Amino acid sequence: MELSTLWFLLIGVLFVGFVFLEGFDFGVGMATRFLARNELEKRVLINTIGPHWDANEVWLLTAGGAMFAAFPHWYATVFSGFYLPFVVLLLALIARGVAFEFRGKQETKQWRTIWDLAIFLGSILPPFLLGVLFTCFIQGLPVDEHMNMHANFFDIVNLYTVTGGLAFVLLTYMHGLMFISLKTTGELRENARNTALKMHLLSGMVVVLFTILTAFNTDAFSDKGWILIPVYSVAIILYLVLYPLLVKGKEGWSFTVTSLILVLVTSSFFITLFPNVVISTIGDANNISIAEAASGNYSLGIMTIVALTMVPIVLGYTIWSYYIFRKRVSHNEHLEY
Amino acid sequence: MELILARIQFASTTIFHFIFVPISIGLAFIIALMQTLYLVKKNDMYKKMAKFWGKLFLINFAVGVVTGIIQEFQFGMNWSDYSRFVGDVFGAPLAIEALLAFFMESTFIGLWIFGWDRLPKKIHLLSIWLVSIGTMLSALWIMAANSFMQNPVGYTITNGRAEMNDFFAVITNEKLLVAFPHTIFASLATASFLVIGISAWNLLKKRDVDFFKKSIHITLIIGLISSLGIAFSGHSQAKYLVTAQPMKMAAAEGLWEDSGDPAAWTLFANIDVEQKVSNTRIDIPYLLSYLSYGKFEGKVEGMNTIQAKYEKLYGEGDYIPPVKTTFWSFRIMVAAGGLMILLALVGLIQYWRKKIDVSTKLLKWLIFAISLPFIANTSGWIMSEIGRQPWVVNGLMLTTDGISPNVSAGSILFSLIAFSVIYTLLAIVMVYLFIRVIKKGPNDMDKEDVTSTDPFSVGRVG
Repeated sequence: MELSTLWFLLIGVLFVGFVFLEGFDFGVGMATRFLARNELEKRVLINTIGPHWDANEVWLLTAGGAMFAAFPHWYATVFSGFYLPFVVLLLALIARGVAFEFRGKQETKQWRTIWDLAIFLGSILPPFLLGVLFTCFIQGLPVDEHMNMHANFFDIVNLYTVTGGLAFVLLTYMHGLMFISLKTTGELRENARNTALKMHLLSGMVVVLFTILTAFNTDAFSDKGWILIPVYSVAIILYLVLYPLLVKGKEGWSFTVTSLILVLVTSSFFITLFPNVVISTIGDANNISIAEAASGNYSLGIMTIVALTMVPIVLGYTIWSYYIFRKRVSHNEHLEY
Repeated sequence: MELILARIQFASTTIFHFIFVPISIGLAFIIALMQTLYLVKKNDMYKKMAKFWGKLFLINFAVGVVTGIIQEFQFGMNWSDYSRFVGDVFGAPLAIEALLAFFMESTFIGLWIFGWDRLPKKIHLLSIWLVSIGTMLSALWIMAANSFMQNPVGYTITNGRAEMNDFFAVITNEKLLVAFPHTIFASLATASFLVIGISAWNLLKKRDVDFFKKSIHITLIIGLISSLGIAFSGHSQAKYLVTAQPMKMAAAEGLWEDSGDPAAWTLFANIDVEQKVSNTRIDIPYLLSYLSYGKFEGKVEGMNTIQAKYEKLYGEGDYIPPVKTTFWSFRIMVAAGGLMILLALVGLIQYWRKKIDVSTKLLKWLIFAISLPFIANTSGWIMSEIGRQPWVVNGLMLTTDGISPNVSAGSILFSLIAFSVIYTLLAIVMVYLFIRVIKKGPNDMDKEDVTSTDPFSVGRVG
């Protein structure tokens, strides 16, 4: 395999890891508004992701850094082309990040209200924006012959991309609810599961709508149907299987299923892109291929060595940290946040 | 217009980010040290110290992390042509920084915050040390990237861009070797003076005297060592500048024509950029030769000479950076650094004479001294980055050529205003929370823990 293809794969894996891990953080953040009924439940929810959300966010930073290093043109085209959405994404991530730390520092109501809002917006906007952006990638964007993107509002915001954004919000919310059912006790745990049951139909309809729109708006199923039709089908079958799992209260399996769905959906974007990193709507000649966007082989080789050494270590201590905090969080014990 | 706005945004977000970064780097180390003393000496006072300063550390760390996210993205957002040109070399250290440092600090800070009762003491101590090492590794890699902008090495120009051909050269860049220790010492000093100042305030108020005397003792020692370290590593920076970035050096000296031999160091000058002269100079003989070469002889090239050379090398153009800014930011940095050495030394002497808690005047000075490292850090970075102009990569790419061609002035203005507003709010909240924690003092911390374990005390802080 070419090194550039390997790095395309690695960046895909980083985004998949990010959506899988930070996905439940976003879902839990949304749940602080929709699920928690009082202050104590809110705090329990925040504490379930307390030790992890920061490290989970690093998956996104690493993906961004890896894009810069391995595919400077991809990084430059995407980040400058989506300038304003990225500004909003950054503001949302900033607000969420400090809110976790700041919210518990003072007891007044207004103080809590401000940071609760920051946590909520900071948890619902990023998955929405990322869903929109990923959908934009496969829909194609006006990229000129100098690799610069000149997207207007409706290139980025249209029925298809907004559906993609909503699908991401709903799927990460379901994923977060599953995480909550695994990490809490008592009523909170019950309510998380029941809410997921209630959400099941609505979210499912959005996911199906997204699949249909993908068929109409992209060449995904005609060009790479041999792999993408199975990927989407498995995702939808898994989604159907989720319902009986929820009814029976199989929390571990439910979480596994929402994880797999997010993994499949996120992977599908990268499969659709391949062998390009940017699809241009101006003309196929303006597509940016993996090879065109990539850094030189020397640089990629160095980074491959670093990544192959470091990734197992990072995965090792990440898993260890989840093992340390494997216990359910309850209001009967010390809550840090 | 786009260029000016993008530069203002990069400068302001970076300067703001670097208020919190050195505190995080320095405090993580100081707290790790305190917690080590707790385990070695089995004295609960040190545990209290780690927890109390840890509270400030965590508030600061959160702001440092979120303001850092912007840094990772804005090369691509605002400087896409720069990113295309240097990504092959410059991107690698950034990606490695994330993989090597960000994961480490973020995972182990979670383990440290939530691990007080869950982890064995030694593993918990190891966590904070790994956070400390993580913050320093992060500095190493981002400095490696910055060093490439100052002194590009380890690359060839292929396919119209800089491509890496020697990774070892990139990470042993002479600039990196002098700038990295300088930054780490500066970070240790920044955090030390923060702890020193807060302790001084409490000693003045006679609150928790034992606790803050111990805190001030540790940090006066670290503060003095690191301030001296800053001076020595700063000196090696100057020696590096003369050979690798002579234009920056000449601008920092307001030196238009070549100096005499031996060269005098200018303490003060009235710089006239139009006429290209520096009037009413106050010179200290021999000193510039010493700073540049480590001996009392040798002349230093002036800006006019270097400009003529560069015109031959790079073609027509103005290669002189903003001289006054470079000149004065350098002097402000040196003055602040000098005061830091002096105050840490006097403080330590008074401590050893057992008079620190009654030296009212000194304590007031030490409170004021909290600001000194920030002044020095900021002016140091301004000198380094303004002095690099008009280049974004020294000798390779002009700042004008690095900008994103597809991002409008309106978009940048919007983001500049948005980031400025949110950063201002962050700063206000952070100062407010710092004051709250400090006023509460180190003894109330545990009380909170008791109430928050009570399920009926809804709304108590944990």
